[in-house]
Amino acid sequence: MTTNMTSRSDYALELRGLETVFDGDKGAVAAVRNVNLAIKPGEIVGLVGESGSGKSVTGLSIMGLIDRPGRVSKGEILLNGEDLRKVSAKRLRSLRGDRMAMIFQDPMMTLNPVLRIDTQMIEAITAHDPRIDKTVARNRCRDALGMVGIPDPEERLYAYPHQFSGGMRQRVAIAIAMLNNPDLIIADEPTTALDVTIQAQIIAEMQKLCKERGTALIWITHDLTVVAELTQRVYVMYAGSVVEEGPLDDVLDNPLHPYTQGLIRSIPADNDPGSRLFQIPGMTPPIDRMPKGCRFHPRCPYVQLDCLNDIELTQTSAARSVRCAHPINQGEQVS
Amino acid sequence: MISNSEKQEAQVKASPDQQAPLLEIDHVTRRFERKPDFAAKLAARLGAPINRRTVHAVDDASFAIHQREVVGLVGESGCGKSTLGRIVAGIDDPTEGRILYRGQDVAHASGEATRKFHLKIQMIFQDPLDSLNPRYRIGKSVSEAARYHKVVPEEQMAEHIEKVLLQCGVDPTTQNRFPHQFSGGQRQRIGIARALALRPDLVVCDEAVASLDVSIQAQIINLFMDLRDEYDLAYLFVSHDIGVVRHISDRVVVMYLGRIVEQGTTAELFAKPNHPYTQALLSEVPSLKRRHSSFHTIKGEIPSPLKPPSGCHFHPRCPHAMERCKLERPMLKAVASGHMSACHLNDEG
Repeated sequence: MTTNMTSRSDYALELRGLETVFDGDKGAVAAVRNVNLAIKPGEIVGLVGESGSGKSVTGLSIMGLIDRPGRVSKGEILLNGEDLRKVSAKRLRSLRGDRMAMIFQDPMMTLNPVLRIDTQMIEAITAHDPRIDKTVARNRCRDALGMVGIPDPEERLYAYPHQFSGGMRQRVAIAIAMLNNPDLIIADEPTTALDVTIQAQIIAEMQKLCKERGTALIWITHDLTVVAELTQRVYVMYAGSVVEEGPLDDVLDNPLHPYTQGLIRSIPADNDPGSRLFQIPGMTPPIDRMPKGCRFHPRCPYVQLDCLNDIELTQTSAARSVRCAHPINQGEQVS
Repeated sequence: MISNSEKQEAQVKASPDQQAPLLEIDHVTRRFERKPDFAAKLAARLGAPINRRTVHAVDDASFAIHQREVVGLVGESGCGKSTLGRIVAGIDDPTEGRILYRGQDVAHASGEATRKFHLKIQMIFQDPLDSLNPRYRIGKSVSEAARYHKVVPEEQMAEHIEKVLLQCGVDPTTQNRFPHQFSGGQRQRIGIARALALRPDLVVCDEAVASLDVSIQAQIINLFMDLRDEYDLAYLFVSHDIGVVRHISDRVVVMYLGRIVEQGTTAELFAKPNHPYTQALLSEVPSLKRRHSSFHTIKGEIPSPLKPPSGCHFHPRCPHAMERCKLERPMLKAVASGHMSACHLNDEG
């Protein structure tokens, strides 16, 4: 494990004004604009948005996994106070998989189909610590598999990825992410493809592991119900920007942004089967044709003339911010 | 237009009984068998015992769908819900058992009647990008089957397709575009329009909203409900998303490893789930109301359908498993009016 010589900060990760653009024929278009985010060790934060909101690009930007034609064009990405945009490629490589790790929706993105699980897991350890004893590394892998709830870990080390079910594969991916005890894990829709029973098991495991080890976890999802169960704080993204942030209960009970309110209302409620669901008209605008001013205004039920002006994320109370010219009244309950 | 569809129904009609369910699934079983490969054939020649690997994808399933009814079919992946959905849609045939359309056995119907039955039951798939031909303009995709089967006379076809597209919320002037030029939600609307162009009675939706964003999902669910009111449609809604099924369904059928373990009206089933599997499944549905929860998860995973457990398939994961559960398969029995469950616990005092 590398010794951390840089100054420690209060946050495991801090994003300041992150902007990621994709270069195209008609110039650069921003997929993520001016995102600020801070997460403390051991904290579980939800990053919620629909497709095209920039939530996954934000995750990939943190990990330094944005490829051409995309690039991080502005802002700071501070991992334990160290700006990842300023470090060398070598340093970034040594941080990735060691101090920060990512879990994807499809575990086969992480796993090599032609290598046994033990080969892949031991490699994740030796890549960051080449002199480690093979038996020690192997034992660590076995313990990691056991920890994420895989039965017979000793035996399963010899298996190939295709011999696991989808849920078990995702557990292996989580075990690999956890191997080096990282400070930050970014989980991009890790349970979306899984059954509810397996999803519940994996969420429970992740919750426990992050609490025990003080790992900060960013859970990227479109599913507010999962966020409600798992996270402490939530960031809602729309069209590349954070439109609302705050403690989970406050955001869900008193959403300030009309988009957040729409998202909450469009989830089928338990008490009113068969009724018409609330629907947000239209869809997320394509990245190269963003509307002027507030990017939500063409779909917003409360739109007013000054929504055409640009609007910044403004703090409304100690822990909450919203990007809206006419936030919904505090206290007005979501039915 | 309604009179027209009634006329068509009259042609296929077999049972004059108006009370007969629209579709009846009667003790349907679907087995998949692996054909013996060369080595196995050779071994069999040499006198080795034949080791057939059989998957009971659907095992003795029975339920009915009535006109205008929405039946939700839920279960974990690998439980056979999609196979059953495909059998209902006529894409796959049952190994055993019968499918009755308006009281008439589909397997023994004449060619003409079989074709009518297939037209009356349409299917919508999870990913419309996989089910729409990428080289067809969407107008052609939507109208192709309707034109072939002469659902309306050719001179009215353009009008018919335009109307269907409009109803599904697709701008008819975009008919000349290709599927990749639409967003996911729009593509799903096109998939719905294609099914609807044939004027079906029953639409099988296999995870039809699973890949859509929440706000788009709400739009599509509302569209399903509107279309039901408009056309008296019935739906078989196959989904793993229990929140959505609860919202949309009149009745719910729960499957586990190929077998139906419980069925009942949505209200009854969610208020008083009887089978331990249903109870576990419902308790793990995430909801906005449940916050910061610590889960009490059911242990383990769905076992391989190649080697299903003996007796009640759920017994290795069941907190109430008894000796009897390992030996004897529980049958579906009524626990309340219209509510059936397959669990030995119901026989105990």
